[in-house]
Amino acid sequence: MNSFKKNLLKKRYNAERRFQWYGKIAIGLALSFLAVFMFQIFSKGYSAFQKTWIVTEVHYDKELLLIDAESPSKDDLENADYYDVAYKAMTSLDPGLPEEEDRQLIQMVSYKYEAEVKDLLLKNPDYLGKIVPIKLTASDDVDQVHKGNYPRDIPEENRRVNDYQLQIYDMLNERGDILSEFNISFFTSPDSREAELAGIASSFMGTVFSILVCLAFSFPIAVLAAIYLEEFAPKNKFTDFIEVNINNLAAVPSIVFGLLGLGVLLAVFNLPRSTPLVGGITLSLMTLPTIIIAARASLKAVPPSIREAALAMGASNMQTTMHHTVPLSMPGTLSGTIIGLAQALGETAPLILIGMVAFVNTIPGTPVDPAASLPVQIYIWSESAERGFVEKVSACIMVLLAFLILMNLAAQIVRHKFEKKWS
Amino acid sequence: MSKIKAENVNVYYGSKQALFDVSIDIAEKEVTALIGPSGCGKSTFLRCLNRMNDVIDICRVEGSIKMDNLELNSRKLDVVRLRENVGMVFQKPNPFPKTIYENVAYGPTIHGIAQSKEEMDQIVEISLKKAALWNEVKDRLDEIGTGLSGGQQQRLCIARAISVSPEVILMDEPCSALDPIATAQIEELIDDLKKEVTIVIVTHSMSQAARVSQKTGFFHLGKLIEFGPTDKIFKNPDNQQTQDYITGRFG
Ligand SMILES: Nc1ncnc2c1ncn2[C@@H]1O[C@H](COP(=O)(O)OP(=O)(O)OP(=O)(O)O)[C@@H](O)[C@H]1O
Ligand SMILES: [Mg+2]
Repeated sequence: MNSFKKNLLKKRYNAERRFQWYGKIAIGLALSFLAVFMFQIFSKGYSAFQKTWIVTEVHYDKELLLIDAESPSKDDLENADYYDVAYKAMTSLDPGLPEEEDRQLIQMVSYKYEAEVKDLLLKNPDYLGKIVPIKLTASDDVDQVHKGNYPRDIPEENRRVNDYQLQIYDMLNERGDILSEFNISFFTSPDSREAELAGIASSFMGTVFSILVCLAFSFPIAVLAAIYLEEFAPKNKFTDFIEVNINNLAAVPSIVFGLLGLGVLLAVFNLPRSTPLVGGITLSLMTLPTIIIAARASLKAVPPSIREAALAMGASNMQTTMHHTVPLSMPGTLSGTIIGLAQALGETAPLILIGMVAFVNTIPGTPVDPAASLPVQIYIWSESAERGFVEKVSACIMVLLAFLILMNLAAQIVRHKFEKKWS
Repeated sequence: MSKIKAENVNVYYGSKQALFDVSIDIAEKEVTALIGPSGCGKSTFLRCLNRMNDVIDICRVEGSIKMDNLELNSRKLDVVRLRENVGMVFQKPNPFPKTIYENVAYGPTIHGIAQSKEEMDQIVEISLKKAALWNEVKDRLDEIGTGLSGGQQQRLCIARAISVSPEVILMDEPCSALDPIATAQIEELIDDLKKEVTIVIVTHSMSQAARVSQKTGFFHLGKLIEFGPTDKIFKNPDNQQTQDYITGRFG
């Protein structure tokens, strides 16, 4: 080998090595961004999956409950007055406290503590007249103190938990009367103004319903449109024009679809506001072009030899399409659909426009009940100043990410498992 | 007896003419071979016979093609019925990505030929036997057809084509993707089939044309240069171009 050739060869190898390095650096950067992002979310959010309880004792005193009957019925218990009993349960933590300072103790538990006291008795009617231990949801301030998210060393007037409350907290903590348990209510409760009570049940169901409505509207329309355009429509200027416009539609900012939903679905068709029905239809406008494009691409990928084989057997165009082309294109279409839905899942702007940003403290049972959605919930909570909502934002992002990862995984599986090989 | 009679067939792809005044008489229950250099229009002509050119938007066919006195090149023709009667085997094996059974049963199903499951089983078995594939696949009819070897796939395609008992089978270089053993099997098959079916086969192999066909047509640049009994074409052609092609001097 002469030296010129050798040099050339060396250059080629060097170029290849350099190129590989650029690629590796790019991937490394992308991965480290992702890692930082994930770390942020997890380190902030994991504590939202823990719930803090304050344990105290409650005396179900018949007199205070204003129950007269000898053996009270379920109704009697239901209608009893729990105010004093609940109040006493909290003030008993520090009997020496002057009455006008009671509020400080009451503020350490959630405002629903009276309902919790009531629920325990309704579940265990034999507690009547007895003194029993009870778990009460700690207020979000105590919750944050317990999780260590709240600095204790700043001046008292800048703190939401005052010195007296910290003292009580320390006493309870020492006694082992502050409990930290898995936060089931985060998944089973709707949104609330109080961070310690707020959960994602409403927004989760809202998202599920929106996605189902979106699927129900966009999938059939998109697949039929794709089949018509790809298999039956004549190729002329007009169909070219339609094709260009579908591609444009896929690039329209989602907020524009939100305006459309607002102007048409709500104003003209008078569909119920803030509901997954409207949200889903609005989102389906967004997913429609994505699915059409994916479906057309996978129809196009079906080899012409299969079509010719069917036609030569005497199948009509319709039969060729329905028996062969469409089934063969389904894996691609489905994975495109799932990816389109995953995009819709993360959409916030159009949903805000159609009113799915309203505060909803009920869990929707149908697509026509008012609901939020996960990304909107993230938006709502991130607007809240309260410390307790910060971890909820991250936790909600984690749930949304898990949802997304599951959907993308499903798309992968559909693509690999059901893809048929042809010769 | 004449089965298909083409007269003055001209075919255009857009403004480009691919066939010029082709007239040919294809005899019933015989094998007719079409030979000629690449791009001379053999496939184009073959596809006129089952109207597969309809699929190509820019393709226009002029002239008259009659099968048993039925005009094929007519708007009124029921293409589905025509293709039930005129089967086709393509150059590249193209079984459906479905089971072997479904591949063969597809034609009878869409044309409503079998009344019952038993009848369908019968048709599938007979078709596969005629295609000399039955012994190799009888235990795995529910396997995917595309999983067979190339030669087996092509025989499966033949079985699929004969499953609806067509009167004519068109074959476009059916052996070009096959090894000599598979080719020999298919040629044997063609020999068997011609007892019942009229076969038109396009081939690039002179020896294959000589072995399987009774009549041969030689195409060149879109024209049918010479057509006649295979013996005569190969031993004593009238036309100089035919002579040159057969002896390998061009093409
Ligand atoms: N779909 C098409 N669009 C445009 N022109 C075509 C098309 N199919 C064939 N042609 C043209 O028609 C002429 C004849 O083609 P045809 O396929 O019939 O040739 P052939 O004899 O079968 O060749 P080969 O032996 O290579 O298969 C060629 O010049 C080709 O370029
Ligand atoms: Mg050809």
